[in-house]
Amino acid sequence: MFDLITNGKRLDGRNLEDTRDLQIEVDIIKKADGSAKVKLGNSEVIAGIKVETGEPFEGLENKGALIVTAEILPIASPYIEPGPPDEETIELARVVDRGIRESKMVDLDKLVLIPGKIVYTIFVDCSIINADGNLFDATSYAVVAALLSSKLPIFEIHDGKVVDTGKKQEPPITTIPISITSIRIGNNIILDPTAEEEVCMESRITITTNSNGEYTAIQKGSTGYFTLEQIKFVAQTARIKTETIRTKLKELIK
Amino acid sequence: MDQTILIDENGKRTDGRSIDELRDVKITIGVIKNADGSAFIEFGKNKIIVAVYGPREVHPKHMALPDRCVLRCRYHMSPFSTDTRKNPAPSRREVEISKVMREALEPAIMLEDYPRAAIDVFVEVLQADGGSRCAGIAAASVALADAGVNMRDLVAACAAGKVNDKIVLDINDIEDKEGSADMPVAYLPNLEQITLLQLDGILNESQFDECIEKAIQGCKKVYEIQRKALIEKYFGNDLPDGEEKELEENKEN
Repeated sequence: MFDLITNGKRLDGRNLEDTRDLQIEVDIIKKADGSAKVKLGNSEVIAGIKVETGEPFEGLENKGALIVTAEILPIASPYIEPGPPDEETIELARVVDRGIRESKMVDLDKLVLIPGKIVYTIFVDCSIINADGNLFDATSYAVVAALLSSKLPIFEIHDGKVVDTGKKQEPPITTIPISITSIRIGNNIILDPTAEEEVCMESRITITTNSNGEYTAIQKGSTGYFTLEQIKFVAQTARIKTETIRTKLKELIK
Repeated sequence: MDQTILIDENGKRTDGRSIDELRDVKITIGVIKNADGSAFIEFGKNKIIVAVYGPREVHPKHMALPDRCVLRCRYHMSPFSTDTRKNPAPSRREVEISKVMREALEPAIMLEDYPRAAIDVFVEVLQADGGSRCAGIAAASVALADAGVNMRDLVAACAAGKVNDKIVLDINDIEDKEGSADMPVAYLPNLEQITLLQLDGILNESQFDECIEKAIQGCKKVYEIQRKALIEKYFGNDLPDGEEKELEENKEN
């Protein structure tokens, strides 16, 4: 694999900077307030949204709450065992959450019922059902697709109690964050790695950009390093590569 | 953009620093008698103790690797280290930070020199200000050196961020909460390798370049303090030949 990559080729025939085929289906779970199934190559993720009301986070009293979780289900790969989340899974959920949160994709100021007391709480729960590398991006796209296609219930306060009006509203979306993950093998950078390629990686980096092409979140991972030139290169590539993916996701709101 | 004024008209920040100024950093080596290596770092208001145990036998034994050492890292915040009491059970944030810290330190350690062994790095945050992961990494790499672990380089760490639309070095607690971007970086100064990079907040293309370069400059400043702490501990005032002159030169710069 190392020799192949040094010659600019990959096991599945892609070029180093090619991402895999991306398929998105939305509204696949009718019981959820929004849902999406994303296939990135053979990596498959389902995201579902449930909206409730609750207390705001400490220090963010006048904002709705948005919580992204992720679980790699035992059905996803022979190497996954059921049980409490390990380091990898916690990092995955937190990096995806950070990408969505820091871009301010959902305008949480608009999701307050009683300031400081009761706010909308949006849970985006992700289940990885087949793991074949780059779960960071696959999960992130699933969350974005589910949010874009969601219809949030409208809650009102009557006599100090929360009442579900039965009506629905569009979510307050401000931007579309897209993450791009690259890994380094030797001196080569490859995008959107498969599980096989991730086994050989020395270091990994996930870069999220918003609709204005600004960087909103970064996470370097794995036990190797990057040089400054390599980081600048992946940051540039991420900005360019997001456009086709963003266009695909934008079509969902039409 | 930000609601709070974090940089005044004279370019001074809430704690009186300029935008390129590091907080006061002090490193004390050998603070835990039982540990193989240890360091105490005061990074602004951060107070962090790091203890290194190992290389030692691995428990449980099945975790051992035949060709290299296992590096384990635990970042933990004491319940009294924050404004509101922190639940002592490890949070998801602490699990993630433990992981990125380990990954930031690992490229610097010659793990292949200690097959079938383990090195444990325990990072205890006694008082938290902004940037505790960077301070923790800087202290951990000094503690590893103090333990006599074979290393390729020290790991220096420092954050840069965006505050009131300006890129500033080493953001503190208020700037972290009220500012608009935070980018912690760990860097091997002699090998010029970046081993930790995270970002939350919004940066455009030129701000991104400025921010990462500023963070690396900060790392180089932290490196000098780490190096000085080690030299003082192991050579006292009798600096080895050439070092004294070099230190003076660095001071002048």
